[in-house]
Formats: sequence, C-alpha cells, structure tokens
Amino acid sequence: MVKQVKPDLDVRIGKLDLKNPVMVASGTFGYGEEFVDFIDLKKLGAIVTKTITVSPRLGNLPPRTCETPAGMLNSIGLENPGIDKFIAEKLPSLKKLDIPVIVSIASIEDPDEFTVLARQLDKIKEVSALELNISCPNLHKDKLISQDAKDTFELVSLVRKVTGKCLITKLSPNVISISEIALAAEAAGSDAVALINTLGGMSIDVDKRQPKIASWSGGLSGPAIRPVAVKMVWEAHNKIKIPIIGMGGIMDTQSALEFFIAGASAISVGTANFINPRASIEIISGLKAYMADNNMRNLSVLIGSLKACKD
Amino acid sequence: MRPAQIKAKIISNKRFKDSYWHLEFESRLIAESALPGQFVNIKVADGVEPLLRRPLSIHGTAGSRVRLFYEVVGAGTRLLSNRRVGEFLDVIGPLGNSFSLPGKLQGVKFQPPILVAGGMGAAPLVFLAKKIRSSRPLVLIGARTKSKLLCSREFKALGCQVKIATDDGSGGFKGRVTELLIQLLRQEISSVRGSAIYACGPRPMLKAVTKIACENNIDSQLSLEEHMACGIGACLGCVVATKSGYKRVCKDGPVFSGKELTW
Ligand SMILES: Cc1cc2nc3c(=O)[nH]c(=O)nc-3n(C[C@H](O)[C@H](O)[C@H](O)COP(=O)(O)OP(=O)(O)OC[C@H]3O[C@@H](n4cnc5c(N)ncnc54)[C@H](O)[C@@H]3O)c2cc1C
Ligand SMILES: Cc1cc2nc3c(=O)[nH]c(=O)nc-3n(C[C@H](O)[C@H](O)[C@H](O)COP(=O)(O)O)c2cc1C
Ligand code: FES
Repeated sequence: MVKQVKPDLDVRIGKLDLKNPVMVASGTFGYGEEFVDFIDLKKLGAIVTKTITVSPRLGNLPPRTCETPAGMLNSIGLENPGIDKFIAEKLPSLKKLDIPVIVSIASIEDPDEFTVLARQLDKIKEVSALELNISCPNLHKDKLISQDAKDTFELVSLVRKVTGKCLITKLSPNVISISEIALAAEAAGSDAVALINTLGGMSIDVDKRQPKIASWSGGLSGPAIRPVAVKMVWEAHNKIKIPIIGMGGIMDTQSALEFFIAGASAISVGTANFINPRASIEIISGLKAYMADNNMRNLSVLIGSLKACKD
Repeated sequence: MRPAQIKAKIISNKRFKDSYWHLEFESRLIAESALPGQFVNIKVADGVEPLLRRPLSIHGTAGSRVRLFYEVVGAGTRLLSNRRVGEFLDVIGPLGNSFSLPGKLQGVKFQPPILVAGGMGAAPLVFLAKKIRSSRPLVLIGARTKSKLLCSREFKALGCQVKIATDDGSGGFKGRVTELLIQLLRQEISSVRGSAIYACGPRPMLKAVTKIACENNIDSQLSLEEHMACGIGACLGCVVATKSGYKRVCKDGPVFSGKELTW
C-alpha cells in the first residue's frame, strides 16, 4: 500500500501565520455573524471583514445587486457602521473565534482616513492584519488609488508609517498592468497583495431602458471573472516576491487550485458564500484531499507550480 | 429558529394553471419551525447558471412537508418547474422574520385582521391565514383579470371571508384591490375596522396599503421583495429605506411595519 502523506495546510502571509490558506473575501461575509448557522467559523484560515470607514456609511441606493451570466453585479457602496461602532459591536464576537481577523479599511475622500483607521486598529491585539481597500469601484470616483502606481505607492507608504501590523493591499483588475501596481505596493512595504477586487460592469433592463442597479454600474464578481483573476495572479506572481491572496470567482476546490497553481499563497472565497455558505469549508477539505492524492506534503509545492503546455 | 442548508427531496412539482406551479419538498426542520412570512432560498440547478439562489415564500406546511407556490417568470423559475419528483433540492431556510400575529386588543370589539394579496403576494398570506384562521380574517385579492386571481379557494377553505377586485371588472369589484380596501373601510367603518392589515404584492400596491392603513390608524405589515444575492443578511444587497436607515429585506424583513418604511 502506498503511504499517503498528511498534507500541511499552514502558510505564512507576511507577518501572519494561517493554519490554512482559505479565507473569506471582504464584503461577502459581513462580520461573520450570518454564517454561524451554516459553518464552524473556527475552521477558516482567516476572516476578512466588510470594509470599514472612519464615519458610518449608509451605502448606495437600492437596487444594489443583479445577476449576470455566471456572475453578479453589486454596488453596495461600502455600507458600514464606522470604525467606533465596528470596534464596540462587531469586533468582540470576531475576537472570540480565535482565528486571524483581517480588517478591511478604506477612505472616502481624504487618504489620511487610512492612517486614522490604521492607528486605531494598530492598538488592538486581536486584529491580525489590515487590508487596504484601494480598489472599490462603487464610490463614484473617476480614478481609484490602485489604478495608479504612484498613488498606490504613496498610500501604502503612508499607512506603513503608522502600523507594524501585517498590511495587505487589495488591487483593482481595471488596470493596464497589474504587476506594475503590485510592484508599487511591494516597494511601499505592503506584506502581501490581494487580487482581485470586482471588475467594473453594467447591466441594462431593456424593457425599462434603465440600469439594473441604481448606481448605473457596479462591480462584477463570481465565476465570470475567474479567468481574469487567475491571469492577474499569475502575472503578479512572476514579478513580485510578497505573497498573493487570490480571489475572483472561486466556487470550489477546483477553482481554488487554479489560483494556487498560478501563484497565490492563499485564497479568498467571495460570491460563492452567497450560493453555498459552506464553500470555504468544503475547499479546505478538498485542498487536503488533492494534496494527499498528489503526494504534496505542504503548500509550497503547490504554490506557483504552473508548467508550460506540453503534449 | 436558525436556518439550515439542506438537500430536500421533491415530493411533488405540478402545474396548477397557466404559469403557476405548486412544489412540495420534504424537510421536517423547515416544516416544523417555519413561521408565516418566512421564505426559503433555492438553488434551482447545479452549476453556475443561473448563479444565485431564488427566494420563494413558504406557502404552507403539512407534517414534514413544505409547500411553495410560484410563477414561472424567467430562467430560474423555469428550471425549477423542470425539476422532478424524487430529486433533491438545495434549500436554505427558513429565512427572514415573520408577520407578527394580531394581538388581542383589550376593551375593543373583536375586529378581524385584513389580508391584502396582489398577484403572487397571495403565496405567503395563505400560510398566515392558516395560522390566524380562528380570528376569521377578511381577505382581499386583487389581479388584473379574473383568470389571474390566486388562492381564493384556499382562503375560503380556511374559513376566511374573501372579496376580490379585478382591474378589468371581470370578477368582483372593478378596480384596484386598494380601492376596494378604501371602500370597505369607509362603508363598514364600524364592523370592519380591522385589527391589522397584512399585505403582500407589487410595490405600488404595498405603498398604497401603507397610506390607507396610516390614514385609518390601523397597523400594517407588508411583506417586501427585493433582489437578493445571499438571502442571509451578509451582502447588504437587498436593502429598503426605513426610519432607522437601510434595512435588509432578507434578514430584518421581508415583513416590515408600514410605520417603519420611508420608501
Ligand atoms: C422574500 C421573497 C419571497 C418571494 N416569494 C415568491 C413566491 O412565493 N412565489 C413566486 O412566484 N415568487 C416569489 N418571489 C419572487 C421570486 O423570487 C422571483 O420571481 C424569482 O426569483 C424569479 O427568478 P427567475 O430566474 O425566474 O426570473 P428572472 O427575472 O430571470 O431573474 C433574474 C434575477 O432577478 C431576481 N428576481 C426577479 N424577480 C424578482 C422578484 N420579484 N423578487 C426578487 N428577486 C427577483 C432573480 O432572483 C434573479 O436573481 C419572492 C421574492 C422574494 C424576495
Ligand atoms: C456584494 C459584494 C460586496 C463586496 N464588498 C467589498 C468590500 O466591502 N471591500 C472589498 O475590498 N471588496 C468587496 N467585494 C469584493 C470581494 O471581496 C472580491 O474581491 C470580489 O467579489 C471577487 O471575488 P469573488 O468573485 O469570489 O466574489 C465585494 C463583493 C461583493 C460581491
Ligand atoms: S440578500 Fe444579501 S443581505 Fe439580503
């Protein structure tokens, strides 16, 4: 009988040690509360919160979501209770989970809001990392920070100065060169990059001749964007040294594996949580089985293991 | 009751008339805990097309069975109508809050609750009528035309008094169901004050009901629909404006008090 290896799923993302590389994507998991009925949250590699801003935000006008071919559009507009209420009301139950909590943060007008948030969160021991959301397409901006290498460098440098915590920079796919932006984040001291946020998209009700979501356009997510995301992870992996957290249309173990093979050190499950709340947990066991079947003792053998086509 | 994700066996899935279907599935957990107003979220087909689940109200329960009543309006509901008896449906439920049942008003002459159903809005109200049948609800059903009137037989079988309204006058009162409601409240002000109005249907109808209820100083509870991505309160996609900010139709609703809404 062939002796099966017992695969090790632990992975290091900058200063952050994860017991497994499967996390849940910002904005698709609330603050965890809604999923306790369906899964054991303690099994997750990490939890990334809905993006938090300094002041509370009402978010955009409804309707905010619509279905598209193999995907969906959303324009939530970063509805969140603001940092103080987040710390007082949402963080305590997250702390109890005893898994890494990654807090996603964003500024609306002034980039200094990022430093205000980072300073405040830096003091909280149970906050394991900060994810800089510089790529939300739903704030009615002409240009996102992560659509410019210089802006990205400056913003990450600014936050880097005020916190020693693990910094993850989340990037937009709506760019000419993802590796250029990823390199800028790396140069500014980001510990990792998260790829990708949603792609700008639009869908029209032809009977009403109106957009299907009230803010005209929104962010596309789900399986429809997976090939875009996989390519961006692969491109960035070829250029940067810091770890990549891959996401975009991951529905199951197969799709998660594409990201690891392309070069992601960890992955985030987003839209799939809506369709199958157990997706993240199923991926953890699926990964283990795949690694055992392929005699992989640890993740480093899998990460970036892409080979050229041969017949 | 906490919701669960289950594989539920389809017991029956039959066309009732035109594009209207009844589906029954087996789930003791949902059947025994479901409250009127709650819904289930169904993955109608495996794979990514269509991607999202489809929310459908709980129309009734019997033993360990859950009954749904749906109209085929697009790809998702069409796929659902193709699902066969014996197959397993991926269901999440029961979801959302529920109608608050009419309380006993002290010192007030007995008043029946009024149920206002517009089109498919009848689906959750039948379940409600069953739970409150002892208070002999008065049910107003509205539709464009007689053939589109839904569930009047079910309501009658539950002992409800039923009045109908059609836009074209092909059945019952000619006009909108909300006009019928106004007329009733005016005519029979002493006998049909109504302890509460429960309504489900198209949004313009619900807005009109809210206004009428408010003018007559009657409590109203409306069951709302909004496009849903998660159905469990996580995405903040299905919000409606209320006096205390946006609320999630899937989790804080689908039932809202008329006084609360600011739409
Ligand atoms: C809480 C709740 C309870 C409901 N109960 C019932 C019921 O008991 N019986 C019934 O026939 N219908 C009910 N509906 C409406 C039902 O969900 C839609 O008719 C169905 O989703 C249409 O899917 P489709 O793919 O056939 O249509 P399509 O129009 O092709 O659907 C496209 C997308 O729009 C969404 N959508 C379309 N119409 C609606 C709608 N009215 N409300 C919410 N989302 C919509 C779909 O879910 C899908 O994501 C309910 C909706 C909600 C929110
Ligand atoms: C409804 C919804 C809300 C989201 N909110 C946020 C957010 O607040 N912050 C953020 O960085 N990303 C947000 N995202 C983007 C996801 O985190 C993720 O990057 C994207 O959806 C791609 O992954 P997926 O295809 O697996 O969903 C949101 C996505 C969706 C669908
Ligand atoms: S549908 Fe996601 S919060 Fe209601």
